[in-house]
Amino acid sequence: MTYAFYIASIVALLATLRVITATHAVHALLYFIVSLLAVAVLFLLMGAPFAAALEVIIYAGAIMVLFVFVMMMLNPGPRAVQRERHWLTPRTWAGPAVLVAILAAELIFITAAGTSHTPGAAQVSPAEVGMALFGPYLLGVEMASVLLLAGLVGTYHLSWHLGRRRDNERKREIGP
Amino acid sequence: MLNGLWLIPTLPFAGFLILAMAGARLPHRAVASIGVGSVGLSAALALLVGADYALRSPAGNAFTQPLWTWMTVGGFSPSISLTLDALSVVMILVVTIVSFFILLYSSEYMGEEDGYSRFFVWMNLFVGSMLMLVLADNLLVLYLGWEGVGLCSYLLIGFWYRDPANIRAANKAFIVTRVGDTALAIGLILLLLQLDTLSIREILTRAQAQWPRGSEAATWAALLLLGGAVGKSAQLPLQTWLPDAMAGPSPVSALIHAATMVTAGVYLIARTHGIFTLAPDVQLLVALIGAVTLLLASASALVQWDIKRVLAWSTISQIGYMFLALGVGAWSAAIFHFLTHAFFKALLFLGAGVVIAALADEHDLHRMGGLRRELPVTFWTFLAGAASLAALPLVTAGFYSKDLILNQAWGSSPGGPLLWAAGLGGAFLTGLYTFRMVFLAFFGESKTPVIRKPGTAITVSLVVFAIFSLISGFLQMPDLIAPVSVFSDFLSRSLPQAAAASGPRATEITLFLSALIVPVFGVAAAWWLYLRELGLPARIAQRPIGAALHRFLLAGWGFDSLYNTLFVRPFVSAARLNRNDFVDLVYGGLAWCSAQLSGRLVQTQSGMIRRYAVGVLLGTVVALGLTLFLKELP
Amino acid sequence: MNGIPLEQGLIVAGLLFALGAAGVLIRRDILFILLSLEIMINAAGLAFISAGAQWHQPDGQVMFVFILAVAAVEVAVGLALVLWLYHWFRTLDVDRASRMRG
Repeated sequence: MTYAFYIASIVALLATLRVITATHAVHALLYFIVSLLAVAVLFLLMGAPFAAALEVIIYAGAIMVLFVFVMMMLNPGPRAVQRERHWLTPRTWAGPAVLVAILAAELIFITAAGTSHTPGAAQVSPAEVGMALFGPYLLGVEMASVLLLAGLVGTYHLSWHLGRRRDNERKREIGP
Repeated sequence: MLNGLWLIPTLPFAGFLILAMAGARLPHRAVASIGVGSVGLSAALALLVGADYALRSPAGNAFTQPLWTWMTVGGFSPSISLTLDALSVVMILVVTIVSFFILLYSSEYMGEEDGYSRFFVWMNLFVGSMLMLVLADNLLVLYLGWEGVGLCSYLLIGFWYRDPANIRAANKAFIVTRVGDTALAIGLILLLLQLDTLSIREILTRAQAQWPRGSEAATWAALLLLGGAVGKSAQLPLQTWLPDAMAGPSPVSALIHAATMVTAGVYLIARTHGIFTLAPDVQLLVALIGAVTLLLASASALVQWDIKRVLAWSTISQIGYMFLALGVGAWSAAIFHFLTHAFFKALLFLGAGVVIAALADEHDLHRMGGLRRELPVTFWTFLAGAASLAALPLVTAGFYSKDLILNQAWGSSPGGPLLWAAGLGGAFLTGLYTFRMVFLAFFGESKTPVIRKPGTAITVSLVVFAIFSLISGFLQMPDLIAPVSVFSDFLSRSLPQAAAASGPRATEITLFLSALIVPVFGVAAAWWLYLRELGLPARIAQRPIGAALHRFLLAGWGFDSLYNTLFVRPFVSAARLNRNDFVDLVYGGLAWCSAQLSGRLVQTQSGMIRRYAVGVLLGTVVALGLTLFLKELP
Repeated sequence: MNGIPLEQGLIVAGLLFALGAAGVLIRRDILFILLSLEIMINAAGLAFISAGAQWHQPDGQVMFVFILAVAAVEVAVGLALVLWLYHWFRTLDVDRASRMRG
């Protein structure tokens, strides 16, 4: 059990590291998906199968796909890769690295300095989660749906205007 | 009736309030009714109260009416309270009656002025403050009235504020009297600290009990009070403001700068006579100041070409007589001269106002002439006033009051005869300059046409004052003529009697005759110089010595330039040095610092998201670090 | 089987969070920044799940569901804005969009 945990954690961490240092956007995306899958394994190991499933289906399956679609539209080529390489100099990441290292150290210290807990062994089944969602957290569920509706409307509105502008430009390019 | 005492100052104050709030919207007739009527009612009330006091003398010869406690600060609780005694009765009668007739005159004289209502507002405030001053029971209320009249003087001198010269004159008056006021304030503090009270009666009793004659405390207190009196009454060395104060309208000059405010100093000294008796050196100083000022001012009056300036210097000179009387201990004589002077000086100023208005704002005596044909009533009343001022014998009030002073001066010690001689010399000069003014203005050929003649209100006031100028002397007559001493008997209820002149009968007769003849000599000299030998004064003025003397006297013996060099120039250059006000640097510096800080901080708003993210993360790191740090503490 | 101690789960979440934060600071391309934000959100979710697993309560997973919903909406709107950014500035360089400066 513990080995699985360590392996999955290391995979997640390494994959995330590659995400933030990749030069090609699609590479970064793919590494992130790997990281997400590793985290899903972590969820399983922690006894949260429902969360693991959600992670894979929604996060890796829907959100990342959205990213991929936008990437397709924006179409970064070799010029983008070169530009990223140009931007990612040691001067750029030296400072943030220090800052983030301090942050990580603090977080670890806070966690480690607390009282240690004995691990629980049982799983929390999807049925329990469902009961919680439609029980005490019903209001939250409704609000999440409103939020999703808002996001939907907002995104639609934004892209509709964008579409119109693109059309006007193309009409001007084509000429009268 | 005595209980109505509080109404006497209150009625003018009420007039002030009403006119201040609504006067600008009322028609002239209403403004005049309120403005003049309030003082008129006050005068009537003063008559009733005075009669009540005279007939039904209250206990201790003084009636006190406390109104309310002003403040209570650490054991010191002065109250607003009014006292009525013989001196106050004389003062309120003079103030209210003179004010009433002057305001009656102004209701017609100021009729075409832009600030008609404003004029009556300030005049009412003035009359109320002056009444508070003379009715005050303690020195704090007196100081309140003192400041109030100073304020109104400033406001009324600068009545025509659009002309900067008037503002300068008003500033000068206020600043110079301020020097005196400061001395008075310090004197008040000294008295409070030493005697633990400010009630006038208490001060006199305690000073009498605690301070030996000639003690340092008494000398300082008297000196400081004298400082205040000298400022307000325009005596040496603070006399420079009064001639310039003629920039105000003639009724203002008549009321404030002739009859009432400038005599506040005389009143103060008379009121606190006990302290001056305890400091004989200072009392001698009072007499000396009076003597020197009266000569100095008479000489200056001799060469002035502006009719109002002649009268201003004349006022300074006549108040010098009052100071002379106070200095030799002749308290009643000083107040008697104040009474007669109030009437004839006010009359002269009002007459001068008529002349100025009649000649379309012409002040220069040399451009007037022959007015006795055009303005007969004005001429005769002016003549009555001038005669009284010059103390022409027997028929004028001025003669009796001036004679009384001269008699008392002769008999005083030390230096009685010297003071008497100064007074006599002054009488000669007074006759000379007064009738120079009369002859130049009213006799001879007319040089400027008359465009306005006075109406009813003005004429009534002039006539009333003329009558008073002539008959008010009969209240107190020297023994040689008739043993009438109504005035001094009345005042003896509150002021100590002066020592009766004791000397050989021959001296008495000589003194009397000299006082009778010398003014006539003065008038004769004026007649000869200004009606007969018209060229002589001009020829004297053309010689180099004569011209220099003329300039010197015209400039009031050079006091203005002296003060300018001693005080004004250094102050102005110091102010110029501090032009950028180093105190302001502190406040400006604060603003500059915050502007600089803002400039630095603004640079952090770069619009670059990654920089903002750094900021957020930095904050998080610091916050987490703080929680860790605080958790570690025991 | 043995569960995973809470501390270890939280440490992993913390490290992932730190890496995501580093990504936000280092990268200049808006897409990478958004991606790093997703990493951070994911790390937060991991923390919640560990806590929920510790106490055998579904609350952790419930919170994770909500986080997921928020992340989804944020990505959708964010990507629409990225498209707008590209339309305006013809580049995905986030430093170019700095007109609101001081």
